[in-house]
Amino acid sequence: MIDFFYQALWTLDATLRVATPLILCAMAGIFSERSGIVDISLEGKLLSGAFVAAAVTALTGSAWVGLFAAMGASVAMSLLHGFACITHRGDQVVSGLAINILASGLTVILGIALFKRGGQTPTLAADERFRPIELWLSETLNGIPVIGPIYKELISGHSLLVYVALACVPLAAFILYRTRFGLRLRAVGEVPIAVDSAGVSVAWLRYRALIIGGLFCGIAGAYLSISHGANFVREMSAGKGYIALAAVIFGNWRPWRAFGACLMFGFLDAITSRMQGVDLPLIGEIPGQLMLALPYILTILLLSGFIGRPSPPSAIGQPYRK
Amino acid sequence: MSVVKPLPRWADLIFLPLINLCVAFFICGIVVWMIGENPFTALAVMIKGAFVYPGGLGYTLYYTTNFIFTGLAVATAFHAGLFNIGGEGQAYVGSLGILAASSMFAPFMPALLLVLLCIVGSALLGALWAMIPAYLQAKRGSHIVITTIMFNFLAFSLMGWLLAGPLIQPNQQSPQSSPLPEGAHMPKAQAVLDWFGVGIADSLLNMSFILALVALAVFWVLIWKTRLGFEIRTVGKNQDAALYAGINVSKIIIITMMVSGGFAGLLAVNEVMGAQHRVVLNYTAGYGFTGIAVALMGRNHPVGIFFASLLFGALFQGGTELDFEFTSITRDMVLLIQGMIILFSGALAYMFSPTLSRILSRGGS
Repeated sequence: MIDFFYQALWTLDATLRVATPLILCAMAGIFSERSGIVDISLEGKLLSGAFVAAAVTALTGSAWVGLFAAMGASVAMSLLHGFACITHRGDQVVSGLAINILASGLTVILGIALFKRGGQTPTLAADERFRPIELWLSETLNGIPVIGPIYKELISGHSLLVYVALACVPLAAFILYRTRFGLRLRAVGEVPIAVDSAGVSVAWLRYRALIIGGLFCGIAGAYLSISHGANFVREMSAGKGYIALAAVIFGNWRPWRAFGACLMFGFLDAITSRMQGVDLPLIGEIPGQLMLALPYILTILLLSGFIGRPSPPSAIGQPYRK
Repeated sequence: MSVVKPLPRWADLIFLPLINLCVAFFICGIVVWMIGENPFTALAVMIKGAFVYPGGLGYTLYYTTNFIFTGLAVATAFHAGLFNIGGEGQAYVGSLGILAASSMFAPFMPALLLVLLCIVGSALLGALWAMIPAYLQAKRGSHIVITTIMFNFLAFSLMGWLLAGPLIQPNQQSPQSSPLPEGAHMPKAQAVLDWFGVGIADSLLNMSFILALVALAVFWVLIWKTRLGFEIRTVGKNQDAALYAGINVSKIIIITMMVSGGFAGLLAVNEVMGAQHRVVLNYTAGYGFTGIAVALMGRNHPVGIFFASLLFGALFQGGTELDFEFTSITRDMVLLIQGMIILFSGALAYMFSPTLSRILSRGGS
């Protein structure tokens, strides 16, 4: 029983670690898509954030500088996306795809040019990374049954960026639903002409949405390479941006639901490694590939209206012309 | 400021795409220069690798074959106003058709027929893999861009599982299928030309290249000379109008995507039957995504697609040469060029249009 309790706790702990970049990218995706811009470039922004964070930290020795540089790099990608599909009304999917391919090429080219390690960045020392933080009283409370271990193993002991990701969800919900900016942002994704006729700039609103998304993706990238990992390796994002996009859709473009979807997808990922070689009664061993494909299968089922009804922003994907 | 006149046809079809291409290359050149290498030397190395060195041209055309198939896949869908990002997955799953056809028919079928059946098999499987997202878009309202992206990942998972499990070559560790029977091999270009008394350097170029040229012609006839093609283009221009004209839009969406997936599936013919002679893990290597750049650059026209494919074929082959000649720039440079081309020929395709139009009209008056 005790054993099972700890197993469950560690699985949930792993879930949170895996879900962190998903949560941040999903919030980024929500801002962008609620403003009417399709964002398949989450993957590229995440990847470039991860590279810049690791590269700048390796050069300066400061994780904080790395984090801010990563945010800057992701925002730059966002601005490129905005330049193509807001200013020049280009196809949003094509632009997003271009950014993803540019990111996977540029990160490796610059990585080789800077560090000559086949695209990897040097491994960072422990004090150059965002390390796990032991929260207040975690050792003292550990003696208390059930609550103590939950507090110590699950709630305490994560890096700062995990807590940032968790804080981003209420923050995103607050901005979207409780501020004037959020109201306008949601409106511009539904009926941009109404926002325009109220004298508010459609383009500037959408740019701001993309910039906010870039900041989130930058933090997510930094988490991958200077907190969870200790260096950048090529294609490090490994489709996480697309999973986050799936979570946005699965969460019906709402922060809390998308957060739930991220946790679910993270959980699937976390138990996949634990289920390897385990024979379940009646079913037998479930292939890991099936578990990893589940987020996509579930999202496709949702999109097709087999589980619930998706309600995407109505103006999504359409360039705005006056 | 005067009203900007629309560009003349020649400028829109040839001049503007060339400007976009040049800008894309120019920016890549700047990146090479910033890294500390000479962009012109790099370009020269790539051109030599792609066309001059023995076998270089063969490999260039071998890659070109792949891009013609995936470019046609994307272009077919584009004509119906659909964006098929799933070429990668459709090309990957296409190999299952080859494995199925070759294992079913190899024992009693003569080689020529077996090859034909394998070709049909690969197209069929690619078409089926594209049919599901198409059906979901046509009947259930899910967006094809998102579903085809997800179907790529599903294809990677499915093939990863099959190649590591049920289809793995017995007593082998690496995730790949057993070799194809001899009769299901696509003849090499070298062997065929040798038979005619023409000697060329060895490369992976095979008869799939001819199949790709046939596919280009079929595409042209289908889109511009048949009733179905007319319906496809009508749906692409205006779905409502198509509906009022009595066209079954759902049916056209599904058929178009199946044709598109079929073209993508043919990539397996070049890779599996022509080059590897077995199904290996991740043999699609991003060719499906390059198809998007090819279709955008080629303006969804067979002639454009051919030249865009040739360009990318040369880039891929020339890119491998970069690995040998430089330490600081590698074939990843090709990814950067590809991204830039998608950006400038796709998302920013008309950025220079007003400027160009103004310059042209000033010259004319």
